[in-house]
Amino acid sequence: MTTTEGPDTRGYFGVYGGRFVPEALIAALDELDVEYRKALSDKEFVGELERMGRDYAGLPSLLYEARRLSEKAGARILLKREDLNHTGAHKVRNVLGQALLTKRMGKRRVIAETGAGQHGVATATAAAYLDLECTVYMGEEDTRRQALNVARMRMLGAEVVSVKSGSRTLKDAMNEAFRDWVASVDYTHYVVGSVGGPHPFPAMVRDFVRGIGVEARAQSLELLDRLPDAVCACVGGGSNALGIFHAFIPDADVRLFGFEAGGDGVETGRHAAAITAGGAGVLHGARTYLLQDEDGQTIESHSISAGLDYPAVGPEHAWLSDTGRATYEPVTDAEAMQAFRLLCRTEGIIPAIESAHGLAGALRIAPRLATELGREPIVLVNLSGRGDKDMETAAKWFGLLEEKS
Amino acid sequence: MTVASAFGSRPVLVGYLPAGYPSVPGAIDAIKAMVDAGVDIVEIGLPYSDPVIDGPVIQAASQAALDRGVRTSDLIHTVEAVAATGVPTLVMTYWNPVLRYGVDRFATDLANAGGAGLITPDLIPDEAADWLAVADKHNLDKVFLVSPSSTDARIASTVAVCRGFVYATSVMGVTGARAQTSNAAPTLVSRVRQVTDLPVGVGLGVSNGEQAAEVASFADAVIVGSALVRCLLDAEDEAAGVRALVALTEDLAAGVRG
Ligand SMILES: Cc1ncc(COP(=O)(O)O)c(C=O)c1O
Repeated sequence: MTTTEGPDTRGYFGVYGGRFVPEALIAALDELDVEYRKALSDKEFVGELERMGRDYAGLPSLLYEARRLSEKAGARILLKREDLNHTGAHKVRNVLGQALLTKRMGKRRVIAETGAGQHGVATATAAAYLDLECTVYMGEEDTRRQALNVARMRMLGAEVVSVKSGSRTLKDAMNEAFRDWVASVDYTHYVVGSVGGPHPFPAMVRDFVRGIGVEARAQSLELLDRLPDAVCACVGGGSNALGIFHAFIPDADVRLFGFEAGGDGVETGRHAAAITAGGAGVLHGARTYLLQDEDGQTIESHSISAGLDYPAVGPEHAWLSDTGRATYEPVTDAEAMQAFRLLCRTEGIIPAIESAHGLAGALRIAPRLATELGREPIVLVNLSGRGDKDMETAAKWFGLLEEKS
Repeated sequence: MTVASAFGSRPVLVGYLPAGYPSVPGAIDAIKAMVDAGVDIVEIGLPYSDPVIDGPVIQAASQAALDRGVRTSDLIHTVEAVAATGVPTLVMTYWNPVLRYGVDRFATDLANAGGAGLITPDLIPDEAADWLAVADKHNLDKVFLVSPSSTDARIASTVAVCRGFVYATSVMGVTGARAQTSNAAPTLVSRVRQVTDLPVGVGLGVSNGEQAAEVASFADAVIVGSALVRCLLDAEDEAAGVRALVALTEDLAAGVRG
């Protein structure tokens, strides 16, 4: 298999992927696999999805040349403005696709897991828009960190369940969503939030978000008459990264860089860098890279960014890493926050802290690429989301709030 | 000892407890007490950080065991101690701990400890080539799950690679005692019987002798987990936990034996 193909019929990208789930879910996964591929070759479905993207979500998103940032970076930096999409992130593409598919499959309810709350908000939004019942599972720790997003989901009519098991974060929310799904699969679709989980989720979510790269590729050609030298994105589960990478995979001259959450630094053990510092194993239905101890127990991840605070990564990324088609590096909280402020101050754009990881990585590789290419490089960065949800974290980090007396 | 030896003229009782709860020796004592009280086959859970098919009771006990540092090697040790009593002893495990330990090494150590085989709730036969190969090499039982949502074709292909018994999950849902057993179970059991002579066990939801008797009327094995674990979880101290466990096991065993 080449890296542009895949997965195979069993959901494998090389040795990654598959279905490590209870038998009770297999029938639903089989149905989903058939139905999503049927839907994607059905003109009516694709047309309706495009219409929703255009009229409702604001797609295609802009490709924006960040001139002031570029001066500081020593590279021409292009930002794919997924932060301007409705609900403020790339996630809306995936949820509109899955919600429309839910309707098509005749199911009346969606469930989702969420870390930062971004995917939960997007799912609640799509559910409201398409008149579906919606339950969102969120770790108790995250409901505290992202209280405003909890309120947003409830405002949109979703039930938010605070998960108190395990580390009370995203991975536990995902466990709980799987449990719900096993019991309600007849009338419920599980809107997985990233390119992880059992087959066909990694392929399906990628197919729903790959428009990011398709648009960016065409926009680059229009703007520059050429393709960028490198494409950069942050990697939590990996959906925004794969979304922007995928259309560029056949372009051998375009380098692909994924930036994982390095937390306090990979050497401290407090991070979420599954590819950089994890090992191959099985979590949440797929064989992939994950953070685990000697006994195969999942190790809790750490990141300043709730959306990257996940101990595994989608299987296609594991494959892209092993084959060398994409390169993955960690970015620490501190590096990400520096890039966060730089973008605010040079461009007047407040990014999601997730996206700031991608940006920090781009700033890091720019001089390297310049040396290698012997000219100013062109670097495309996926600005996967906007920073409104992160203002409290950022304000604390930079000491911008008045001390309460 | 393989599990086949436990099946005879009457339905059997399969009892689940996790290794390492309330402690490694405490679990061994509890399981042995459960055996003395009448379970025919023991199912020992390997505590795991992300147990997607377990309900809150089993998850709480497993997490407590993990918090106290239970290791895969402790599971092997627990199997050894329990299997020495002569009761067929299966391990119920999620797949990643086995992968990490090494599939062949796990099978070797399990077989050497006298373990009968594995129940694998998140490993379907489609993904199990490595396990099937080493299980056969070590003469270990392979218990896979079938569900009310399984197609006839999947039931057939799954039971074709099972050895020991077939685990029919009686409801669509996670582990946990339920007020009523499900009406999906008899249908599922008869669907399985159409394609295999292997015994069929029914699990998920049984919590008392009456329910056990009901399940035993149509299944070959009654599998009980959460209700037994709860005895230990809810008890004031270990001795009280074991007393409650013994009382429930006797009730269940009486139900199964009719
Ligand atoms: C803005 C933004 N970017 C990135 C991510 C990380 O997810 P993924 O790696 O799947 O894109 C999230 C997740 O919540 C997010 O909200």
